[in-house]
Formats: sequence, C-alpha cells, structure tokens
Amino acid sequence: MATSNLVEVEDVTFSYDERQVLKNINLVVPKGRVVAIMGLSGCGKTTLLRLIGGALRPNHGEVRVAGRAINRLSDDELFALRRKMGMLFQFGALFTDMSSFDNVAFQMREHTNLPESLIRDLALMKLQAVGLRGAADLMPSELSGGMARRVALARSIALDPMLMMYDEPFTGLDPISLGVIGQLIRRLNDSLGATSIVVTHDVAEALELVDYVYYMSTGKVEFHGTPDQIRAAGLPSLRQFVYGEPDGPVPFHYPAPEYRQDLLAQ
Amino acid sequence: MTGRIAELMRALGARIVNNWVWRLGVAIRFLWLTLRESGPSFRRFHLTIREIYFAGVLSLVVIMVSGLFVGMVLGLQGYDTLVRFGSSEVLGTLVALTLVRELGPVVAGLLFASRAGSAITAEIGLMKATEQLAAMEMMAVDPIARVVAPRFWAGVISMPVLAALFSAMGVFGGYLVGVRLIGVDEGSFWSQMQASVDFREDIVNGFIKSLVFGIAVTWIAVYEGYDAPPTAEGVSGATTRTVVTSSLAILALDVVLTALMFRGQ
Repeated sequence: MATSNLVEVEDVTFSYDERQVLKNINLVVPKGRVVAIMGLSGCGKTTLLRLIGGALRPNHGEVRVAGRAINRLSDDELFALRRKMGMLFQFGALFTDMSSFDNVAFQMREHTNLPESLIRDLALMKLQAVGLRGAADLMPSELSGGMARRVALARSIALDPMLMMYDEPFTGLDPISLGVIGQLIRRLNDSLGATSIVVTHDVAEALELVDYVYYMSTGKVEFHGTPDQIRAAGLPSLRQFVYGEPDGPVPFHYPAPEYRQDLLAQ
Repeated sequence: MTGRIAELMRALGARIVNNWVWRLGVAIRFLWLTLRESGPSFRRFHLTIREIYFAGVLSLVVIMVSGLFVGMVLGLQGYDTLVRFGSSEVLGTLVALTLVRELGPVVAGLLFASRAGSAITAEIGLMKATEQLAAMEMMAVDPIARVVAPRFWAGVISMPVLAALFSAMGVFGGYLVGVRLIGVDEGSFWSQMQASVDFREDIVNGFIKSLVFGIAVTWIAVYEGYDAPPTAEGVSGATTRTVVTSSLAILALDVVLTALMFRGQ
C-alpha cells in the first residue's frame, strides 16, 4: 500500500554529464523500518541518497518522500520538507568553528524561536542520547572520529526527523565505535518513530541491524530482501560481496593487457 | 595557412569564453544570490559582527603597521624631492593627498586581499570540502545566507575603515619622519595639509575607492571559496586565485576610478 511507504523511488535514472550512475531504480522504504542500501564503492548508493534528500534531481522517474514528489518541489517546499529529514554524513561534517553543543543546537536556533534555556535542555538531551553530554563544550577538532560521528548523529536528530539518512556511517571507525553507532541507529529509529536509510558497504554490521536490504551493483538494484534472504542468496556477485571473497564476478585485477606480454614489452 | 589561423582564433575564443566569460557570468549570478539572501546578515547582525572581527579586527595590526611604514617612506622621499624646489613645508600636503587619494585605498586593499580575502576563500572552500555546506543545506539552511552573505558584508564594511586607518597611520608616519626626525616646521606641515585636503574631492573619493575595492575583494574571495573544487589542491588553487585576481582587480579599478574622479580641475 502506497501510504505505508515513507520513501518511494520509481524508475529513477540519473547521469552525471555523460556518465550514467543509476539505471531504472525502483525502491521503497516502509515507515518505521531501517533499510540498507548496500553495494560496492561507486555503485551509485550515495547518489541515490542525494536524490532522496533532494540535493540532486533525477533525469527520469520520480522520488517521493511522504507522498510528495521531491523533484517537483520548489526550493522553499524542499527546505520545508528537509526540516523533517536528518542526514549523517560520511565523516560527520560537523561545523568546525562551533562546539559540539552549538553544532547540536544549530538547527534549533535556525528554525525555531525557542528560548535559549529550552534549546540548552534539548541539545543536552540529544547529546545524552548519544552518550556525549560530557563532551558538549569540546570543539570538533578535540573529538575522536567515533565521537565526532556521534555528535553529528545528535545534530541530525535535533528536530526529531521523520526520515534519517546515513551515508556510510561505519567508515573508518574502530570496532567499539562501530558497534555503538550501529546500536544507536536502531535505537534512535525505534524511539523516535522514524524511518531510516543506511547506505553502507559494511556487510556484517548492516545485516545485524536492518530490516531490509537493497543490494546495488553498477547502478542497478540486483537483489533485495531481508538480511536472512541476503545471506542465503545464490547470486554470485552478492555472495562475493557478503562473504568478502577477493575474486569472483568482481575481479581482483583491474583490466590490463596480458601479464606476460606486459612484462616482456620494452 | 588561413585555416590554421582560424583554428587558433577559434581555440583562443573558446578558451576566453569558457575560462573568463562563463566564470564571470557565474560570479555575477553568485553576487546577485548573495545580495538577495543578505537579509539574515542584517536581521541577525551578530553573524556579520563575528565576521567583521575575523576579516577586519584581525587585519588591524598588519594594516596599521604597514600604514606607518608607508607614511614614513613618503615623508623621506617627499622631503628629498621637495627640498630641491625649496618647498619642504608642503610635505604634509603631499603625504596626506598621496595616502587619502591613492595609497590608502590601494595598499590597504592589497593587504586586505592577502590577509582577509585568502582566509575567507580558504575557510569557505574547506567547509565545502568537508561537506559542511552540504550538511547545512540538508538541514534546510541556505549556505549563501548563513555563510557567504555575512562574510561578504563584513568585508564590505571593514575595508573602508581599514583604508581610513591606514591613511591616518600613514599621516602619523609622515609626521614622525618629516617633523620629528628631519625637522620640517610642524605648523606648516599641519596647516598646509588642512588647507589643501578637500573633504568632498579627496576624503569622499578615497572612501568610494576603498568601498569599491572592498566589494571587489570580498566578492572574489567568497566566490572563489564557494566555487573551489572540494580537494586540497582545489582549495589552495582558489586561495591563490583570490589573491591574484583581487590584486589585479584593485589596480585595474583604481585606474578607472582615478580617471573618473581626478581630472586636475
């Protein structure tokens, strides 16, 4: 049923200049679920996320969020919709000239007329939710990679978004931070009553926490299903991806002339 | 042969159109967007005040020290020339007019471009490279209104004040060298200056020059930062372009403005 889906991507094609990145993508994200978009680097995952966030517009097809076609909204309407979206960028993208606290309070100050005392309480509650209330006064340069990602997470949930988008949230994190972020994505989704899209190539972590997976390869959705279906899938490229096999449908070697010939050549 | 020349002309034309005309068009559109989104810079003036601190207040030392040195050199060179004609008492006039009409706006503008313009470009470029601008847009906050416009207005406001301080320090430097060191008569130094510096003709025109240079430098700085490719080389290239383009713009605009303002009447 269309109304139970928060995000619907219908037959979307997208190209950067000449290079086609997405081909006829169809995808739905039901309300309240955590959905992963997985695939190799460069397969178009982040582009898809940017299309859902309205940062890019498709060449063909339609992206609907909460029933509204995002590619047909005016700038003002898009900004109004974005107030209900949160996005965690790959490396956090914290404002480096502001403390953790001010980063979290940023959207509240920009979009609401709440008194500063209330903003303080709300921002501290968000920081408490990610376990970093004690780091409120630290500047981004004083935070570790995992902490910065958590502050950025607190910032993206500042206005209690209905849709959370995560762009490679696990990249470059140590195992503990990785587990913490994974747990937070699930917990915040369920406690906020939000819907989440996680773009990642971190298979083990993603399969543990999400409800549904879309597997993409070279700009197309190759397979989709629950984590169990993904693990059991027979598709060779998906198998290679899930189990991290170095060679398979995705070859270990970049295309090159024949090895012997190359070595013997002048 | 003619075909080859036509080919060369075509390549040159394409280069000029793609590298210069196209970029100039984008930059003008960017300036228009910045002006259109300037509301928050004045409604929430603390945003602009903060940038005035970074662009203006932190440039004070370099501007004032340079002004002092330039004024001292003017005192020495001016005396050396004037004394040959037996008119060393007009040293005050020479120092003041040179500074207020010309060197104040131009040298302060060049220093402002290298001190504040480069910093503005690097900051905006790095914010872009680290996805801070993209994050801001995803939070439904327009980076042009929140980041670019306050910096633009801070530069436009700071530049005339810095140029005025440069000139004031220069006059003081000229006084130190001319009167205190060389011994030009103090009374004639100041009275000649007072008598020949005209408010409308000299001070106001100098102010207009510094305002125009402020607009040019800050426009170039914010545009180059916003347009920088989001890589280390991209940001460093943009910073260099800011300093080079602003310096050339200041000198070229100075020729035009001087020609329009001072016609020896």
